[in-house]
Amino acid sequence: MQIGYPILSTVIFLPIIGALLIFLLKRASEALIKWTALFVSLVTFILSIPLFSSFDKTTAKMQFAETYEWVPSWGIKYALGIDGISVLFVLLSTLLTVLCVTISWKTIKEKTKEFYAALLLIEGSMIGVFCSLDLFLFYIFWEAMLIPMFLLIGVWGGPNRVYAAIKFFLYTLVGSVLMLVGIIVLYINTGKSFDILQMMSTNYPYNLQLILFWAFFAAFAVKVPMWPVHTWLPDAHTEAPTAGSVILAGILIKMGAYGFLRFSMPLFPEAAKAMAPAMMILSVIAIIYGGVICLGQTDLKRLIAYSSVSHMGFVTLGIFALNIQGIQGGILQMINHGIVTGALFLCVGIIYDRTHTRQIADYGGTATVMPVYAAFFMVFTLASIGLPVTNGFIGEFLIILGGFTASKTLGVLSATGVIIGAAYMLWLYQRVFFMETNPKIQGHPDMDIREILTLVPLIVLVLWIGIYPNTFLSFMDASVQNLINRVNTAGAFQIHMVGR
Amino acid sequence: MDKYLLIPLLPLIAFTINIVFGKGIIKEKAHWVSILAVLGSFVISASTFTEVLNGKIINYDVYNWIVSGNFRVTIGFLIDQLTAIMLIVVTSVSLLVHIYSVGYMHGDKGYYRFFAYLSLFTFSMLMLVMGNNLLQLYFGWEAVGLCSYFLIGFWYEKKSAADAGKKAFIVNRFGDFGFGLGVIMIFLMLGTVHYSDIFSKVGTLTGQTINILGYNVDLITLIALLLFCGAVGKSAQIPLHVWLPDAMEGPTPVSALIHAATMVTAGVFMVARFNPLFSLSEVAMNVVALTGAITSLFAATIALVQNDIKRIVAYSTVSQLGYMFLACGVGAYGAGIFHLYTHAYFKALLFLGAGSVMHAMAGELDVQKMGGLKKHMPITYITFLIASLSIAGIPGLAGFFSKDEILWLAYNHGMVGKIVWAMGTVVAALTAFYSFRIIFLAFHGKFRGTHEQEHHLHESPKVMTIPLIILAIGAISAGWFGIPAALGGSNAIAHFFEPVLGHPHVTAGHEEEFMVMGISIAAAIGGIFISWIFYSLKPEMPKNLAKKFKRIYITLWNKYYVDELYDFIIVRPMKWLANSILVAVTDGKIIEGIVNGVPQAIRNFSERLRKLQTGQLQHYGLGMALGLFVILALVLIAAGR
Repeated sequence: MQIGYPILSTVIFLPIIGALLIFLLKRASEALIKWTALFVSLVTFILSIPLFSSFDKTTAKMQFAETYEWVPSWGIKYALGIDGISVLFVLLSTLLTVLCVTISWKTIKEKTKEFYAALLLIEGSMIGVFCSLDLFLFYIFWEAMLIPMFLLIGVWGGPNRVYAAIKFFLYTLVGSVLMLVGIIVLYINTGKSFDILQMMSTNYPYNLQLILFWAFFAAFAVKVPMWPVHTWLPDAHTEAPTAGSVILAGILIKMGAYGFLRFSMPLFPEAAKAMAPAMMILSVIAIIYGGVICLGQTDLKRLIAYSSVSHMGFVTLGIFALNIQGIQGGILQMINHGIVTGALFLCVGIIYDRTHTRQIADYGGTATVMPVYAAFFMVFTLASIGLPVTNGFIGEFLIILGGFTASKTLGVLSATGVIIGAAYMLWLYQRVFFMETNPKIQGHPDMDIREILTLVPLIVLVLWIGIYPNTFLSFMDASVQNLINRVNTAGAFQIHMVGR
Repeated sequence: MDKYLLIPLLPLIAFTINIVFGKGIIKEKAHWVSILAVLGSFVISASTFTEVLNGKIINYDVYNWIVSGNFRVTIGFLIDQLTAIMLIVVTSVSLLVHIYSVGYMHGDKGYYRFFAYLSLFTFSMLMLVMGNNLLQLYFGWEAVGLCSYFLIGFWYEKKSAADAGKKAFIVNRFGDFGFGLGVIMIFLMLGTVHYSDIFSKVGTLTGQTINILGYNVDLITLIALLLFCGAVGKSAQIPLHVWLPDAMEGPTPVSALIHAATMVTAGVFMVARFNPLFSLSEVAMNVVALTGAITSLFAATIALVQNDIKRIVAYSTVSQLGYMFLACGVGAYGAGIFHLYTHAYFKALLFLGAGSVMHAMAGELDVQKMGGLKKHMPITYITFLIASLSIAGIPGLAGFFSKDEILWLAYNHGMVGKIVWAMGTVVAALTAFYSFRIIFLAFHGKFRGTHEQEHHLHESPKVMTIPLIILAIGAISAGWFGIPAALGGSNAIAHFFEPVLGHPHVTAGHEEEFMVMGISIAAAIGGIFISWIFYSLKPEMPKNLAKKFKRIYITLWNKYYVDELYDFIIVRPMKWLANSILVAVTDGKIIEGIVNGVPQAIRNFSERLRKLQTGQLQHYGLGMALGLFVILALVLIAAGR
């Protein structure tokens, strides 16, 4: 782990500095703005690679850690670090941001400057969320990313964008406020400290745990989103520009599930254990409800948004199964969902740029007009329905295995999601790509090299995780085992930091 | 690199080459890539087969696929007697179908894509049969299903083809739902998904029960039946048979390879592979035997009245697959796999023959519009006749020996055995009848199509007829390895399989065996004879009968209305639930209603905001953010005191 620079701070603040830089550029120099954004996001990605290559998989300790006093009188520290639970999300964030830049290259024609600045601001704060080891710092990043995201939807979105943006904002705000109250209570009960690692080794009274669990739950459940607080997601996705949808699906909604893993379970282990059955029931409802409702969708993006509800149901099911297969499957499935649903939104963006319609009924026979596009979309469709050799299978299988281990009934019910998933995705594929060519899509060009290059990294990941998932599962082993120990034997638990 | 790995890998490489370079570079030469690959696989398979014949069993892991906690599974290969015969069946039929397709698919705009898919299928099927663990089996299982989906919907512009592909996939998912749970149950109970470990530990589950909804269910029975769910889907048994007849929307070589000879037999392969498990549960065995027998009879009755040549053969496939399950259910796994092996040749031949007819008739499928084809296409006729004689069970041909073995072993298997034997014998008669119905209607008599069609009638090119001839040789001789002792043979194939599949002990003597044999021969000849009367001697008879027993005829014609039933109890309720309840009520009214408080207020609110900011949304967002930080600061200060 001999990296010559504070890697976490770099990947957080490089995009933010990049955003400020873009603000300083002239509005007219669009090309310069775009190239700057691409350059910054690419460099950030490259600089994040040591997290992958130099990560120590044998330990559950926080790595690449950085700690500085910030506001000592309030016990606020600038503390960063990652472990096997968070590392992959950082990498996914840096990768997806690059793809968001390239996919928006020709699409965003108005307020280009603000768009790319907002995108980079989101990147920095997202990564900040995954790296923070100080609750105060975490909350700042958590809220900070709301604003540019809100703007992304509200300014560059579709016709109904203002409604969607406000709905998104209010929904998450309500959740966040409850979490904020929880954070303050936690602060007081941890001897006026925001230190997350200290909290992880503190045993709070059960009743307090219970209250705090629900306070944090409010914020995380909205973000995931769990049933029944999911209704902001279809609107937000439908109205958001492509890059916004990719960020939403790829990273933002992962923060909820990440929150469960980083806070709810290690901080309130007994409460988490007691509430796990309820969480699993909500998850299974989400899986089935989110899947069936997809059968009733007429809008491409709305359908994929609802499928996210179903897929995230699998994630939370796995996490609250509280066993190693469930949690590893859950984390992997979060990555998978980020890759696959991110890719599907990219794909929808690609065709929307040509046709300017999201109505499924306006399509048909696209495979004839755009065969390369059809092939890419097919791979992501298969990953979405969990076909072996794609990443989706590994995640879903481990989750169902974990879920079944925890509860036979819920495991069986969750497996029905696999049937429903095949039904709505293949039906979607048929209506868009097969059958006679709809005149509305006649004559559109197939994907160009920029679009292909945007999707290729995601295809590689789909197959890589599907064929050799151990590359990624091995990252989580130690941390997940540690987390399970914490939940099962609350009390005897320590997490250390290893400095840079 | 070891040679066993090359068996599946060669077709995978061919797939990759064709899918990437097929459209731009290789184009109409795509078949060379795929044919050479499958030829390579065939040669290695053949040499592997001889190794197994000499007593070698190959079992090794290639790499760790998934490791999570105590769950560990590899990609690895087990090549024993059962796998060895499957390797031969898969690679040989695949090779012949590849060659045939060069002629059949000539000029199709998706030519390279077709061969790419064939290669991908061959790879998947080989992974399925070669796996040394359940999860790899599941992988192959889903992958062949995917190829089937691609190939059924190959002509995707046609709605019926696209529908059929999707239907095949989704119906199979119902079966895989059970299969997947079976895999998980096995892991939870035995801590492994590898065959050798499962089979050595499975005995420890004897007598254990599991509580399901208040009932104590025998664990082994439950696991066996869950696995069998998958087999029912993949091998198109009742109640999941509905996808296979529709699968005939795909190009005919696909029907021959995937929907007759190989993929659909995966269910039989799986049950045979898990014979140590199935044999421990009498209930499960009886379910397998009866499902097979009922499906067999059911599908054969439907085949009696259909006019679409491919659908007749498709129902025949469903029926014959039922036969194989019937065999497994009475413990005659070896006989089941023997029938799988002979069936692969004569059924592939029937399909390819049907394809040859379609090729000559410009895609015509209706046997009522054919007739007299034998003089125009002699090779197709003779090979088709051989296949029909073989499937009908005429002594000396392949089908006779395998079918006879099944019926004889069923007959000796107690009460359930006698029942399924009787059903099987009836099916034998029906099979002979509908098979020769095609012969008489399509190849004999006068041509009943259009003049234009008649003008174009021709024998297919050599690239198509040579595979037919080779398959015909198989349809004749494939059974000669299993000539029973009663006829002076050594039943070599039964002995070959015995180490893996066992062999039921039969006490009854040769006299009884001759009697059973005699009955089935009589059934076959009787079926052919009636077919001759109906469709050659007195063509008005079937029409009169259809009129007289109109209700039965209509029911059979409509395939017992199973599709309609599923539409009524599954498809429509799901769509109704999605649209009228979830979208309109729960999401649309209840959740949105509660969440928005008063939705109208929200709308007013946003309306006012819209006026306020007049497009300058950033200001608004900034305001929100500032507000948030002010709240945050206030609360913190308050808390800090």
